[in-house]
Amino acid sequence: MLKYTVRRLLAAIPVLIGLSMVLFAFVHLLPGDPCRAILGQHATPEACARLRENLGLDLPLWQQYLSYVGDLLRGDFGSSIINNKPVLTEFASRFPGTVELSIAALLFAVGVGIPLGRLAARHAQGWTDGIVTVISLFGISIPVFVLGLVLVYVFAVQLQWLPTQGRIDARAAADLKIVTNFMLVDTLLAGRLDLFVDAVRHLILPAIALGSIPLAIIARITRAAVLDVSNEDYVRTARAKGLKERRVDDRHVMRNAWLPVITVIGLQVGGLLGGAVLTETVFSWTGVGRWVVDAIGNRDYFVVQGAVMIFALIFLVVNLLVDIGYAYLNPRIRYS
Amino acid sequence: MSSAVNAGVSAVLESRVSHGLWSDAFRRLMRNRPAIVGLVCIVVFVGAAILAPIIAPYGPLEGTLAARLQAPSWQHLMGTDLQGRDVFTRILYGAQISLQVGVISVLMALLMGGFVGALAGGIGGRVDAVLMRATDVLLAIPGILLAIGIIAWLDRGMTQLMLAIAITYSPIFARLLRGSLLALRETDYVIASRSVGASRGRLLLRHMLPNALTPLIVQATLVLATAIIDIAGLGFLGLGPPDPRTPEWGTMLTDARRFLQQAPHLVLFPGAAIVISAIGFNLLGDGLRESLDPKMKR
Repeated sequence: MLKYTVRRLLAAIPVLIGLSMVLFAFVHLLPGDPCRAILGQHATPEACARLRENLGLDLPLWQQYLSYVGDLLRGDFGSSIINNKPVLTEFASRFPGTVELSIAALLFAVGVGIPLGRLAARHAQGWTDGIVTVISLFGISIPVFVLGLVLVYVFAVQLQWLPTQGRIDARAAADLKIVTNFMLVDTLLAGRLDLFVDAVRHLILPAIALGSIPLAIIARITRAAVLDVSNEDYVRTARAKGLKERRVDDRHVMRNAWLPVITVIGLQVGGLLGGAVLTETVFSWTGVGRWVVDAIGNRDYFVVQGAVMIFALIFLVVNLLVDIGYAYLNPRIRYS
Repeated sequence: MSSAVNAGVSAVLESRVSHGLWSDAFRRLMRNRPAIVGLVCIVVFVGAAILAPIIAPYGPLEGTLAARLQAPSWQHLMGTDLQGRDVFTRILYGAQISLQVGVISVLMALLMGGFVGALAGGIGGRVDAVLMRATDVLLAIPGILLAIGIIAWLDRGMTQLMLAIAITYSPIFARLLRGSLLALRETDYVIASRSVGASRGRLLLRHMLPNALTPLIVQATLVLATAIIDIAGLGFLGLGPPDPRTPEWGTMLTDARRFLQQAPHLVLFPGAAIVISAIGFNLLGDGLRESLDPKMKR
């Protein structure tokens, strides 16, 4: 197991080096004059000179690259050109919003997707299967922002059951002490149950919108995995020896169908981070996604560069954890 | 008697031979009901794009502020937008943009990814290792974020949009083709032609590539669905066509968000257009996968 983990860790190194080269090029090899691109058309020559010095644009390219990598290794992901705040601190203050949203979306996707997939497999080729197939087809075909807008229209504007945007009612939560930036945690820490419920109500629609694609994929894979395992000899044996259907399902089918399902759940993390960009825009959600989009609007290249790097690092770590978890569950991978 | 039987057998054989992989696959596709539904969606989508100048009742940029935010009526089947432009007309013209950007960017992704995959899988060794690490780098940046970054770098524009989508999806094709080529390298017919002295190029072009194409075609169809969604997503974020008046489906939704209460039709119709075209390519892709792979269980 340790050997496998080390091997996977080593394999991540070339990817990290490549990533640092790409993101280095992103700022240092901007098409045209980097100063005009970064500071805008009306930048003064003095400002340009300062930028050149800060970025070391007059140095040879390899020296610029080495100093960039040196900064990264020291945990310096650059600073915003607009407000000079370090990218890492800004990221850290917004990331909990994105994580909260992504976890809620994943819980929704797993909580609904797996039962749907099992249901479809149990009644394969029947009308239940047909309905689940249609649901998952819609899930992968409807953009998160369209679904988000439709949900807002139905449940917030028309029915007025849920709020339209934001993470919490700002007026009611004016005196809430922000500790972790996870609204659900902070409200509980403050002992404010009313605000906790409010935060949950704010979370429901964005989580459903963001979770729609993973839900569809998880339902499909679960259905396929369960059908695959159901044809195995040991399942037939379990049935033949008279086990109850429920027990066959839990002990013999699901235990073996889990593997592909877990892999697919892990693979959804990248999609969630990407989808969060759009979901946060629809719901005016304070998270990393909206921040990056705003940074692009402001041509704040350092924020984009730093944020993409951190995003990619997180994505790599999650994928690594999924692979290791998978290897732990499936000895065949470990020893290959 | 025996000559009659022989003639019968050879007729049967001939009729069998005359059905190639593609015509067989086509017949299987035509028996696949979901795929037919997908094809119908695609025909509607492509038809709207091609016939837009003929069937659109108005011009895509034509409208008066006096007629703004009107609900659907006989005059304006899908209502009017913030500038009083006819939504139905703009959706028809929007199909042109989605179709054009979608198809061109997926073709570019197919070519770029296919080239890298063919090099990696065909040559192997160090070339393979380097190219695959490069695709790993691109895959390490979550989907739409990569496209966003590329547009931020290249600035907004139609060509940039296509390039961004193409680069984002090319690693998928590179990996897929490489994987198929690696598997094909060990097949009997490739080993056979290698043993009679076929050159590496001939092996790759004549024997391996043609047999590796089917998964690529299936994947390209499915990616087209995602690409259409991503193009709209970039438009929605304000990173689509540089001219904000362009009738692009995602860009149309940006305004709609602010007027959800007064004018829900501004979300409904462009949203439905995106969903229908994505469903079309998803269903067709699944259908193609089933019909191109005879071994696949239905």
